[in-house]
Amino acid sequence: MRAPARVAWAAGAVAAVLPLAACGSGAGVPGGSVLSSSWGDPQNPLEPANTNEVQGGKVLDMIFRGLKRYDPRTGKAENMLAEKIETTDARTYTITVKPGWRFSNGEPVTARSFVDAWNYGASLKNHQKNAYFFGYIEGYDKVHPAEGRQTADTLSGLTVTGPRTFTVRLSQPFSSFPDTLGYVAFAPLPRMFFTDHKAWLDKPVGNGPYRIESYTKGAQMYLRKWDAYPGPDKARNDGVTLLVYTDSTTAYTDVLAGNLDLADDIPATQLKNVRKDLDGRYINSPAGILQTLAFPFWDKAWNTEGARKVRIGLSMAIDRETITRTLFRGTRTPATDWTSPVLGKAGGYQPGLCGRACTYRPAEAKRLIQEGGGLPGGQVRITYNADSGSHKEWVDAVCNSINNALGDDHACVGSPVGTFADFRNRIAQHRVTGPFRAGWQMDYPLIQNFLQPLYYTDASSNDGTWSNATFDRLVDQANATRDRATAIRLFQQAERVVRDEMAAIPLWYQNGSAGYSDRLHDVALNPFSVPVYDEIRVG
Amino acid sequence: MGRYVVRRLLQMIPVFAGATALLFVMVNVMGDPVAGLCGERACDTATAAQLKREFGLDQPLWRQYATYMGNVFTGDFGTAFNGRPVIELMASAFPVTVRLTLVAVVFEIVVGVTLGVVTGLRRGRPVDTAVLLATLVVISVPTFVTGLLLQLLLGVRWGWIRPSVPPQATFDQLILPGLVLASVSLAYVTRLTRTSLAENRRADYVRTAVAKGLPRRRVVVRHLLRNSLIPVVTFIGTDVGALMGGAIVTERIFNIHGVGYQLYQGILRQNTQTVVGFVTVLVLVFLIANLLVDLLYAVLDPRIRYA
Repeated sequence: MRAPARVAWAAGAVAAVLPLAACGSGAGVPGGSVLSSSWGDPQNPLEPANTNEVQGGKVLDMIFRGLKRYDPRTGKAENMLAEKIETTDARTYTITVKPGWRFSNGEPVTARSFVDAWNYGASLKNHQKNAYFFGYIEGYDKVHPAEGRQTADTLSGLTVTGPRTFTVRLSQPFSSFPDTLGYVAFAPLPRMFFTDHKAWLDKPVGNGPYRIESYTKGAQMYLRKWDAYPGPDKARNDGVTLLVYTDSTTAYTDVLAGNLDLADDIPATQLKNVRKDLDGRYINSPAGILQTLAFPFWDKAWNTEGARKVRIGLSMAIDRETITRTLFRGTRTPATDWTSPVLGKAGGYQPGLCGRACTYRPAEAKRLIQEGGGLPGGQVRITYNADSGSHKEWVDAVCNSINNALGDDHACVGSPVGTFADFRNRIAQHRVTGPFRAGWQMDYPLIQNFLQPLYYTDASSNDGTWSNATFDRLVDQANATRDRATAIRLFQQAERVVRDEMAAIPLWYQNGSAGYSDRLHDVALNPFSVPVYDEIRVG
Repeated sequence: MGRYVVRRLLQMIPVFAGATALLFVMVNVMGDPVAGLCGERACDTATAAQLKREFGLDQPLWRQYATYMGNVFTGDFGTAFNGRPVIELMASAFPVTVRLTLVAVVFEIVVGVTLGVVTGLRRGRPVDTAVLLATLVVISVPTFVTGLLLQLLLGVRWGWIRPSVPPQATFDQLILPGLVLASVSLAYVTRLTRTSLAENRRADYVRTAVAKGLPRRRVVVRHLLRNSLIPVVTFIGTDVGALMGGAIVTERIFNIHGVGYQLYQGILRQNTQTVVGFVTVLVLVFLIANLLVDLLYAVLDPRIRYA
C-alpha cells in the first residue's frame, strides 16, 4: 500500500474547496505479509455443496481440504485427508480418514464430519445446487427424488463404521469415484454448520490452511493463515484479503496503481498492454474450460444424416487460429479435442483427436454443407447471452468466418439474449433454433467429467439433448472398468463417437489469467483458474 | 402549507403501489430466474422446484405481489438469491450512494451556480465564452470516458488518489467519483443559472433595487440570484433521483458498492425482490425530492404560496 499518504494529500487539497468534513482513513488492511486479491461477490451462500462458481470456490479452496486434493500443477487427484480408499468391485468403497486433522475451531475431523456433510448436500430440503454430485451414491433417489417429496433424510449408501472409517455404496460401478472426491462439494463440515447455521454462514469454519478472520458480505473478506493447520500445504504468507470488485477493469487498474496485489481475470480490453504494463508479472495458463457450440437436437432439421455433414462443415468453416490470436490474444487455444490440456495426455487429453473437422478448410466446409442439404432454414443463428464476457465479439467473429467460407453474408448471424437466466430458459424450453454457446468448466480433472455430463443421454448438462447408444455404452463400460488406462481408452473411444457425429463443435480451450504486483512471488493458477494462494510469498 | 404537504404525502401512496406493481410485472416478464442459478447447466428439476418454493416463485403473480406488499409493511423486503435479506443490501448500499449523491449535488451547487453567476454577469466576455465551451465539452463527452480518463491520470499516472473506492466509501474517498457523477449536470446547472440570470438582469425589480442605491453584491445575491434560482432548483431536485439511480456507470468504474451495483446485479439475475425493493425506494426519494423542490419555490419567491 503506497498510496495512502498521497491520498490524504489529494483529499485534503480537494476538501479545502468543499464544505465537507473529511473523515475516515485508508482501507484498514492488516499488516505483515498479507496480500490483497480481487474477488467477486459469491452468487450463492458459501456452503460447499451450494457453490458452483469460481468466486465462492476461491474461498472454499482456502478454508477447506477434502479427502483428495487436485495437484495445482498436474491436476492429479492425490490423497489429502484420505488415508486409504479401498474397493473390490468399483461400487462399494471403504474410506479411512487420516488421524490428527481438525477444523480451525478445534473440532476433530471424523468420518461423521464427511457423512453428515454429504447427507446435507444431497437432501432436497436444503436445495443445494451441487446436490447431483451425490447422485452416484445409493439412496439418492430417496433423499432427492426428481419429483415429489423426499422419503428419506440420509443416503442409505453411507455408513459410518468407526471414528475414522465409513463406507460408500454406489448405485452402479464408478471406478473414478475416488478421483471426484477432491471436488469442494465433498468437503467435511463441523458440527457448528448444522447446529448454528447462520453463525457459520456469517463466518464459515473449515479445515484448510486459512481461517476467516473477518467477513463483510458484499465487500471484503480477510483470511488469516491458520498456524495450527496440520496439512502439508501450510500457507507461505500471513493471510489474504479478498476485495470485491464489480468490474475486472477496476481491479486491473488498482494493480497498476499498486493498491492491489493480485487480480485474476484480466479484462479482454487490457490484454494488448498487459505484458508491458506489468513487466512480465502476468500469468496465462490453461484452465479446465472448453468452449463449444452445441446444437438443438430436439429440432428435426438438425438431427438428420445430412445435418451431421452440415455440423462438420460448420466446424471446418471456423478459423479458430485467427480468432484466438487476434480476438483473445492467446488467452484461448484452438481446440482439437473435446477435453482440456489440463488433463494431460495420461489423463485422456488427446490433441488432434478432432482431426480435419477442427481445422479451417473453407472449401471443404462449403462442399460438406451443400452435400448435407444446406443450412437448416437457410441461415444459422448462434444464440448467446449478451450480459457477460465478450460473447458478442467472438460470436460475431465466428459468424464472419462462416460467412467468408460459404461466400454468403447472411449465412450466419448472432442472436443475443439479454440475461443469462433467460438464455438458460430458452435452452431448457427448447426455444432455440440454431447452435448455441456452451461453455464447460470442469468440476474435477477427469476425462469422464468432460464427456458424461455433456453427451450421455439425458445427462445433467446435455443441453442439446444429443443421444447415442454407442456413446452411452462406451461410457458405461469405462465407468465399470477398474484399470485407469483402459477406462481412459474407452472414454476416448466414446469421444470419437462425439467427433464423428459432431455432437458439439469444439471452439477453444480457455486459459486463466492473472496479473500481480512486484511484492508477490510464486504466483500460479490451478487448473480451475483459481490462484494457488497458499504458495504465494509476499515481499 | 401543512395541508399541502399532507396532501402531497398522501398522493405518494397510490404512486408507491402502482410503481411496485408495475415493477413486479416487468421483472417477471423476463422469465424464470431460477434457470440462471445453476451455472452453465440446468438445475435438476427437484432442486429448481425447491428453490422456487423457497423464493415463492411457484405462486401466481398476484399472490406473490400480495405477499410481498404484506411483508414490506413489516419491514421485510425479501431475500436476494445469494441468501442475504434485501433490507441488509439496502442498509449497505444506500448510505454509500447517498454520500456519493451528496458530494455530486454539492459540486453542482457550489461550482455550477458560481460559474453560472460569473458568466451570467459577464455575458459575451472571454470568461463567458470559455466556460460555455468547457460545458459543451463536458456535456458531449460520456461519463465513462471522463471517469476512466480521470481514474487513469489521477490514480495510475500521477498516483494522487486510489483508483478505486474502499468499501467504507467515506466522503473524502468519494470526491473524484462525485465530481465525475456531477460533471454533466454541473454543466447544465451552469448554463441554466447563466441564462436565467441574464434574463432577470433586465427585470423591473432589479432596476428598482439598483435605483434604490443598494450595493451591487446585495442586488446580485438577494434580488437577482434568488429569483433566478427557481429553474435551477427544479433541475437539481429532479437530478437527485437521477443521480442516485443513474450512478451505475460511475459506481462501476470506481468500484463503489452502491445502489447502482445492487440494481445491476438484481436485474442480471432477475431477482424481483432486489429490483422492486431498490427501485421503490428510489421512486420515494424522487417524490420526496420533488416535494422539497416545490416547497423551496415558496422560500425563494415570496409570491408563491401553498394552501
